Amino acid sequence: MVDKRRRSVVQTLGAGASLSVAGSLFFVGKAQAQVSFKPEKGAKLRVLRWKRFVQGDEDVWLANTKKFTDLTGIEVRTDNEGWEDVRPKAAVAANVGQGPDVIVGWLDDPHLYPEKLLDLTDLAEYLGKKYGGWYPAAKTYGTTAKGRWIGLPLGASGALLNYRVSWMKEAGFDKFPTNFDDYLKLCQGLQRINHPAGFALSHATGDSETWMHNILWGFGGKLVDQDNKVAINSPETIRAIEYMQQLSKTFIEGTGAWSGVSNNNAFLEGKIGLTSNGISVYYAAKTSTDPAKRAVAEDMDHAPMPIGPIGKPTELHLLSQAMVFKYSKYPNAAKEYLRFMWEREQYEPWQAASMGYVSHPLRAYESSKFWDQDPKFAPFRKVVDRMQPHGFAGGLGYASAACLADWIVVDMFASACAGNTSPKQAAELAEKRAKRYYS
Amino acid sequence: MKTLSLNESLNKLLARMNNDPNVLGMLFMLPASVMLLVFLTYPLGLGFWLGLTDTKIGREGVFVGLDNYESLFGDSVFWLSVFNTVFYTAVASVSKFGLGLWLALLLNQNIVFKSFIRAVLLLPWIVPTTLSAIAFWWIFDSQFSIISWVLTEWGLISKNINFLGEPWAARWSVIVANVWRGIPFVAISLLAGLQTISPSLYEAATIDGASRWQLFRHVTYPLLTPIVAIVMTFSVLFTFTDFQLIYVITRGGPFNATHLMATLSFQRAIPGGHLAEGAAIAMAMIPFLVAAILISFWGLQKRQWQQGAKD
Repeated sequence: MVDKRRRSVVQTLGAGASLSVAGSLFFVGKAQAQVSFKPEKGAKLRVLRWKRFVQGDEDVWLANTKKFTDLTGIEVRTDNEGWEDVRPKAAVAANVGQGPDVIVGWLDDPHLYPEKLLDLTDLAEYLGKKYGGWYPAAKTYGTTAKGRWIGLPLGASGALLNYRVSWMKEAGFDKFPTNFDDYLKLCQGLQRINHPAGFALSHATGDSETWMHNILWGFGGKLVDQDNKVAINSPETIRAIEYMQQLSKTFIEGTGAWSGVSNNNAFLEGKIGLTSNGISVYYAAKTSTDPAKRAVAEDMDHAPMPIGPIGKPTELHLLSQAMVFKYSKYPNAAKEYLRFMWEREQYEPWQAASMGYVSHPLRAYESSKFWDQDPKFAPFRKVVDRMQPHGFAGGLGYASAACLADWIVVDMFASACAGNTSPKQAAELAEKRAKRYYS
Repeated sequence: MKTLSLNESLNKLLARMNNDPNVLGMLFMLPASVMLLVFLTYPLGLGFWLGLTDTKIGREGVFVGLDNYESLFGDSVFWLSVFNTVFYTAVASVSKFGLGLWLALLLNQNIVFKSFIRAVLLLPWIVPTTLSAIAFWWIFDSQFSIISWVLTEWGLISKNINFLGEPWAARWSVIVANVWRGIPFVAISLLAGLQTISPSLYEAATIDGASRWQLFRHVTYPLLTPIVAIVMTFSVLFTFTDFQLIYVITRGGPFNATHLMATLSFQRAIPGGHLAEGAAIAMAMIPFLVAAILISFWGLQKRQWQQGAKD
């Protein structure tokens, strides 16, 4: 249980009205609104986060954590779990009321047990004010419908297009296409020159959902409307499925069986010329000792997802966010830890070390020098700005989590692409399945 | 005086209890009963209760009766998972039995390196399931499959086999993985059963002019039946509740064609957050499992009958 006495306030000075809600803040900074939460005496923290996708992430994260321990004397134990195992662990922690003080989870995790989580409004508002504000999608993921911050977005692992520049040119394109028609033509061209595209049409967690929602939303289709009413069975969805059927014909064989790493392997081995992935493929190629892989890094580049007929970006990425559980005996220490890790001095080197694998949720970090180090990073710079939450156009919660976990959109596209169902049947089945959760 | 009297009565009571086999029996069974209650009855009861509520992750549920079951009744993915589970269990169990019995009969012969071969046979059973699942995942990979590569090198196929991308190919592929993993358990257990059969029975039958098939049909098979019943019950239970192979190799894909009830239960309960629905799917497995256990009882009864007990 939270010891409220320990959360006693040392009122902040000079940080202005933005910190009026921050009862537990006190001032330690100078000109900037640098604040700190007064950690409880003898505080120790347990942090659970997802296991790194790129080595630099973990190295600098742990180095930053050590810096925090050196500065505050607060011991922090960091546990890593496979990224898909974080959700079950966090769920168990929420249910039984004990476990790590801080869990860095994914997507709508905080919306599954909002009342078990510490209110992070003061911290989030402080960071937002200081760093140019949160991108809209980050705010949606981090807050309840009433605007209370229950998660602190760390950023999103951008699922963008990874392509081989020379093969794109061979397929007849000088620049990567930005609209759906040209995108299809490029895929057809890549197939013609025997360097096809490959996108997961399977239950590949983190890969299939992202690129498929780009197509669905790009045509104006959506699982639910603004009132959380199921709206998937629409002419827009049918058009998206028909387009997807054409697109999938250009893919390398077997993407219906792909797991989360299949596209990485196929791309690095030169089996495919285009796929959707985070920056981890480039990281692996660039840092490899194998000359063949380094050649892949030389020849590859990234592009944002194409824009569909609705005329605006419709990207879905995997947003990660930290949660502090109410059962923590050291809520202030936890908040102080998160504040420290999110401050520019720590966040920037961490993001740079992981080559932008996680794109920032705060606008000010767009100007980080790291983004200019390599032009191939550029498409990842505004990933969170371009993304839509997966519950779009409705809210986040049990239903959105269940529909994503139950692969409703993925199965809809995949079954129609495999010819198991017609586009109409696929949309009807998806509607029926979604209605079980959005009722 | 009063205290002494009490002590005396207590001592008498203890002495009586010491000599009473019923009381002692109860006492000796107590630790096992407590363990069963805590680790078996309670989780089972909790699962049953959860299935009757609308509990979600992080939120207490309320009693909703059979709502979850009604909802599942109209869910095509659930019925597909039931079909997949029954098909997977039936085909894999029969295959494991056939191949396991064949292996056991072979290993029961006097062959060179018998002990070594028996030890090697256990390898698939010893390797952690997740590791063997990852190995099979590579074997069935759509781009890097060793099978596709070999067949291509031999000029037998022109493009890679899509093992896990087509519903039926995927079902058969995961069954192969399950059979490979499950054979040692069946083979070694049946081998143990074979070794309990007295060689004198074979000698007697051989003297009477029995052929090899008749030896198997009239000596081996009847004496092995009780063991077969037990082994196959366990095999069916393990297969029916399989999770790891599917979770690692296909995640239930393509389009839920390999989703088993166990994997669907997990998917709905944990990543999907609907604990109650997941529990209801898990509970729906019980009738099938009970049926498998009844088969075991039938096998045991048959054994008693063979040994001369009244039916």
